[in-house]
Amino acid sequence: MRVELEIWRQASQTAKGAFERHVVDDATPEMSLMELLDRLNDQIVGQGDEAIQFESDCREGVCGACGVTVNDDPHGPVPNTPSCRQHLRSFGEVRKLRIEPLRSGAFPVIRDLVVDRSSLDRVIRAGGHVDVAAGTAPGADSLRIPYEEAELSLDFAACIGCGACVAACPNGSAHLFGGSKLAHLALIPHGEQERGRRAEAITETLDAEFGPCSTYGECVKVCPAGIPLSAVAAVHKERLRGVFRGRDN
Amino acid sequence: MKLFRRKPQPKPAPPRRSRPGLDARVPEGDPLTAWERRQAEYRLVSPANRRKMTVIVVGTGLAGAGAAAALGELGYNVECFTFHDAPRRAHSVAAQGGINAARAKKVDGDSISRFVTDTVRGGDFRGREADVVRLATESVRVIDHMQAIGAPFAREYGGQLATRSFGGVQVSRTYYTRGQTGQQLQIAGAQALLRQVERGTVNLHTRTEMLDLIVADGRAQGIVTRDLVTGELRTWTGHAVVLATGGYGSVYFHSTLAMNSNATATWRAHRRGAHFASPSFVQFHPTALPVSSHWQSKTILMSESLRNDGRIWVPKRADDERAPGDIPEDERDYYLERRYPAYGNLTPRDIASRAARTEIEAGRGVGPLKNSVYLDFRDAIARLGRDVIASRYGNLFDMYADVTGEDPYEVPMRIAPGAHFTMGGLWSDYDQMTSMPGLFVGGEAGNNYHGANRLGANSLLSACVDGWFTLPLAVPNYLADHAGQPVLSPDAPEAKAALKDVRRRTERFLRGGKTRPATFHRRLGEILYRGCGVSRDERGLNLALKEVRELREEFWRDVHVAGTGDRLNQELEKAGRVADFLELAELMVQDALARTESCGAHFREEFVLPDGEAQRDDERWCSVSAWETTESGRHVLHEEPLEFELVPLQVRNYK
Repeated sequence: MRVELEIWRQASQTAKGAFERHVVDDATPEMSLMELLDRLNDQIVGQGDEAIQFESDCREGVCGACGVTVNDDPHGPVPNTPSCRQHLRSFGEVRKLRIEPLRSGAFPVIRDLVVDRSSLDRVIRAGGHVDVAAGTAPGADSLRIPYEEAELSLDFAACIGCGACVAACPNGSAHLFGGSKLAHLALIPHGEQERGRRAEAITETLDAEFGPCSTYGECVKVCPAGIPLSAVAAVHKERLRGVFRGRDN
Repeated sequence: MKLFRRKPQPKPAPPRRSRPGLDARVPEGDPLTAWERRQAEYRLVSPANRRKMTVIVVGTGLAGAGAAAALGELGYNVECFTFHDAPRRAHSVAAQGGINAARAKKVDGDSISRFVTDTVRGGDFRGREADVVRLATESVRVIDHMQAIGAPFAREYGGQLATRSFGGVQVSRTYYTRGQTGQQLQIAGAQALLRQVERGTVNLHTRTEMLDLIVADGRAQGIVTRDLVTGELRTWTGHAVVLATGGYGSVYFHSTLAMNSNATATWRAHRRGAHFASPSFVQFHPTALPVSSHWQSKTILMSESLRNDGRIWVPKRADDERAPGDIPEDERDYYLERRYPAYGNLTPRDIASRAARTEIEAGRGVGPLKNSVYLDFRDAIARLGRDVIASRYGNLFDMYADVTGEDPYEVPMRIAPGAHFTMGGLWSDYDQMTSMPGLFVGGEAGNNYHGANRLGANSLLSACVDGWFTLPLAVPNYLADHAGQPVLSPDAPEAKAALKDVRRRTERFLRGGKTRPATFHRRLGEILYRGCGVSRDERGLNLALKEVRELREEFWRDVHVAGTGDRLNQELEKAGRVADFLELAELMVQDALARTESCGAHFREEFVLPDGEAQRDDERWCSVSAWETTESGRHVLHEEPLEFELVPLQVRNYK
């Protein structure tokens, strides 16, 4: 099938970008967005031009490396699905695709469709971890964790770190991302001694790097890991908890 | 495939062997206490000296992130590198099913020695028993540690850790977090690494790819990297180098690995003198998705845990065109249950893959290209209900539906063997040090545990154990010899020479030609699947050897890299990786050709028992093949003899 594409090309972070038009005549319904770009790159390089730079790695939807904006939707038209798992067969009659990088001031373009998402790692780096030296952990069986709590913790821990929530948010907020980490770690007993400090470090980094949350809820419409909106509440809850307690836990 | 023994074949000329065998420095005496004794012997570095010592860690998967974080925690300066934009993206993230641990909490008969037996036997007696004992011993606290740093392992309703069963094992020792165990361990490991970055003990270099190893005074003392964004080539030096850069299954083009997984770091280290062990030992995962179209970029993995509840079958009649639901029970062949009644659908991966290949080659394959078999959940859904199946495998079923457009709750999944895990890798001794002093290896990049076939859920374990509990003890033992010595200057002649080599190579890629690197990669994959795949024979291997060499010549004549080297250029990255695959592939084929026996995943059609199972030759080949490649490209075989004290050599039997 024939697919018409408009693709964002930008040589470097400081260069001015523009859309470029392409047509793929032999696209197939089972192709994923990434495979469509593979096909297109083969065509482009064959014509003597430079390949479109885009990121993807596992192509199973779990590494979080992929992520392009398709017709204004972060990741593409299928809700809650990463770009690498969006297949043309799910696009209905749509045969014109405008593909851009994930759009956020917090994610500067490196080249073409590749953006710099290191701001997300700076959130984790600030406080998204547990202070346990190798070999010092208590027996995992000695701490009983109820089934529901472990499952709920995993619901939040499932975040793949793709940044689509930020790109979808009118404010460019990363509350869903930061909140998922806070909720994940708040639900398991290890590291509760640092809970207040963690909340402070993460929320301060969120404020410094990203926009505020106005609970538009756009993030949960795109999140490929299905992180629930209650994650954004965890940001405020964990921060206030720390403030009112006035100590680490 | 022939199911009977062939007439004896003329023996090929014996490969060059060097005697006596390689010494892995395994502790003498009782194997069960060897690790404890070795730890007591390890020399230490005083805390004051640690901060004067630099360790380079390449890779941020489970092994790399663990080693970097643990060494940072101990007070060493760690320079850590990944070509990804974030440490969390390393391909450990994609492992699904679980992580084994011989915690033996349940009364199902598990124990350290049972783990060792399963792993050694599962690897068809081609792994190092002593290392497996260490793996089993450390498996106990790995679960504690990974849970504590953030992996929310599945729990029973009573709050204790839940376990499940995996292939090749009759106990329940696999810990998991739904179908995303690798992701949860990886995220926990990456955040522990970032904690050390925040504390200033680890310098993390993202989007930075290692392209060569710096060897000075016969020791690994640094690496050459390319900044993938600016194109800058530069040298880094340290007292020791740890490679935790994963496996090379992606050499087959279609594999379960990530698009960027590659062998460059280990291959370049090999070309600088580190032996490469058992390169032909490649695991084909029996539950990968079949290739069904030209532009399909990979064979996505479906977790082995599905075989707990799914039943594998093909129609009894070849070329049966009926829909699976229309094929009555007595016209289905549940061939694993029939051939291996004791283990049934949970036979080890090599056996399940080979059995599937046999059915497909006999014309009983299913799907539009007849290249797959059914994995059917009908009976499990009838027995347990849809909700239970959804809670166990929901994300896998969703992924399957996404990729194929079929609903696995209604129609059976279609699966096929796909290149997956590489048991081969850089050879290392008991202390995880390669044959190049100062160069250590962890995780899938190494070779020691899994022999000729890896059991499911043992790879997450080996990566975690290496990273958190072996390398942080073994690397300092080496560093103790060099305490007080300055780091090699990044401008030392050896460093400059390596940098020059990389620069020359990079410039060569940019010189022109007509064919994209990816095209060569695809063709290489076809050659290897055909000639050095699920089963091999001498004729096919010789042909593959010729084809690989021709393809490599054509590559250097005709490779085309669009663009320049001074900015992000994924075509250039790919060209370097494919160039190394083309060299590695030759060694894989050589290794498969040299090893005149069948063992585990290395199945030579000439060496088959009357019942169709692999025929090992313990007289000749009870050893690890560790290859050296000389400067001129000649391959020289060194052998490490293997001894088994706890698990006596025996024919594997899963019947």
